Amino acid sequence: MRKVSRLSRFNIASLALGLAFLYLPILILVIYSFNASRLVTVWGGWSLRWYHEFFNDRAMIEAAWMSLRVAVSSATIATLLGTLAAVALSRGERFRGRTLFSGMLYAPLVMPEVITGLSLLLLFVALNAERGFWTVTIAHTTLTMCFVAVVVQSRLGSLDRSLEEAAMDLGCDPARAFVAVTLPLIAPAIVAGWMLAFTLSLDDLVIASFTTGPGSATLPIRIYSEVRLGVKPEINAICTLVIALIAIVIVIASLASKLSSSRGESAAPL
Amino acid sequence: MSSRRIFARPARFAAIAPYLWMMLFFLVPFAFVLKISLSQTAIAQPPYDPLFDLTAGWEALKTALAALSIDNFRLLISDDIYVFAYVRSLTVAVTATALLLLIGYPIAYGMARLPRSWQAVAMVLVIVPFWTSFLIRIYAWINILQHDGLLNQILLALHLVSQPVVWLSTDSAMYIGIVYSYLPFMILPLYATLAKMEPALEEAAGDLGAPPWQVFWLVTFPLSLPGVGAGVLLCFIPIVGEFVIPDLLAGSNALMIGQTLWLEFFTNKDWPVASAAAIVLLVVLLVPLLLYERLQKRQLEQGR
Repeated sequence: MRKVSRLSRFNIASLALGLAFLYLPILILVIYSFNASRLVTVWGGWSLRWYHEFFNDRAMIEAAWMSLRVAVSSATIATLLGTLAAVALSRGERFRGRTLFSGMLYAPLVMPEVITGLSLLLLFVALNAERGFWTVTIAHTTLTMCFVAVVVQSRLGSLDRSLEEAAMDLGCDPARAFVAVTLPLIAPAIVAGWMLAFTLSLDDLVIASFTTGPGSATLPIRIYSEVRLGVKPEINAICTLVIALIAIVIVIASLASKLSSSRGESAAPL
Repeated sequence: MSSRRIFARPARFAAIAPYLWMMLFFLVPFAFVLKISLSQTAIAQPPYDPLFDLTAGWEALKTALAALSIDNFRLLISDDIYVFAYVRSLTVAVTATALLLLIGYPIAYGMARLPRSWQAVAMVLVIVPFWTSFLIRIYAWINILQHDGLLNQILLALHLVSQPVVWLSTDSAMYIGIVYSYLPFMILPLYATLAKMEPALEEAAGDLGAPPWQVFWLVTFPLSLPGVGAGVLLCFIPIVGEFVIPDLLAGSNALMIGQTLWLEFFTNKDWPVASAAAIVLLVVLLVPLLLYERLQKRQLEQGR
């Protein structure tokens, strides 16, 4: 007994330290975004001046707007394609080129972004496509649909197949069984997949840098070029706004997965 | 029963759209990278010689193939900058992955030993930073690590150092940044295997007289190897090609391959050499990538 309690004290300590390590930097950033002082490191009292500054920065606002548009469109297309891919992989059994298909879906999850970005840029140049909103959207869709596919597939994998089979025994054709039975059951995973795709797109710097054209920078590209020049208090405010937006997204996603677990099913892993 | 098969056919049709998409926007682009890596550098827009024009017919294709050059690849081997960049990338990735494993394992273990209801909370807490912007998290560290930043202020206040320590633009800063950003990627697969593990196995080893470290080393750790493998690959592969973290946190004297590639591409505008460097990087990563894919497949099959 004594051994167990000593072990768990070590467990709790490592867990607490780990979580502190993960959260403190973000917390500090958020606090300093309300700093009145021009110097990032000196505390000059609470103020909203850097938020004010951001909302008067046309270039930043435009970049933020571009990022939001790209994130919404690419997440939507990626959710559609990723869900189809997940259905094909978990319900399609064997089909020609299945191995290649699943390989293509897993590779972008770990592939260095520099390679993905470079290869897409070369494709767009070869196709003579004008770079901007659509090329970034296509690039982000390609990356994020793989994440959607993984999330939805794991949900489909944990689903009881007899539900679909029962629907078909009762006279549903496969398409109807899918829409009436399977789709509502995997809906929380689809929502979570969309959210994940949205935040990944909002976050991406490297792939966007390769695939965007002049005059259509996304928010991370703008932030990155500012950060390289040194720390500016305005960036703290922008970052805090992005964190707030993502927090809202997470709350919605977790509500969606809670909805699914309250129906008595195991929640999706994300 | 046969209803399973009835479902399989339309489900296969679901593959068509994503399949075509991935072909066009994932696989085909590599053909272009390969093609451009074999072409000559030129001062033009785009900055490389067009290689072959399929509409020009077979004869033209033959002369074009004859003009292929592996000069770019030869340059990569002969130029120290690239060799160093590859070596440094691999060294950084190995070191950082080892650090991640050392730091992530106790956290994942602590999570797995929490009461059930707390485990879900801990998991959300670990995932949330992963959702928070990557660039922002690096930026948060710049705030802390800069010359008059919080870390130095604390160290000075505690009289641990007599003058500010240089943190930014050092390898330590880069490792802090990498460990910080990739920690959830290491914790989650580790936690997944540790949580599934039967606690009775550890108890049995303890009852048979094994001291805690032996229980861990002979029972827990070997059983968690699939999670270790997944975590290591999930961190190692992207770290090798990492660009943003070393660019913002490390010094500029020793570049990683991701940075070199980026510079070659955007600053020197040498697209053929950048493409060749990307191909070599891809070849270096092919073994871990295939390992990752196999592991992923096995886990999905187990999860069924």
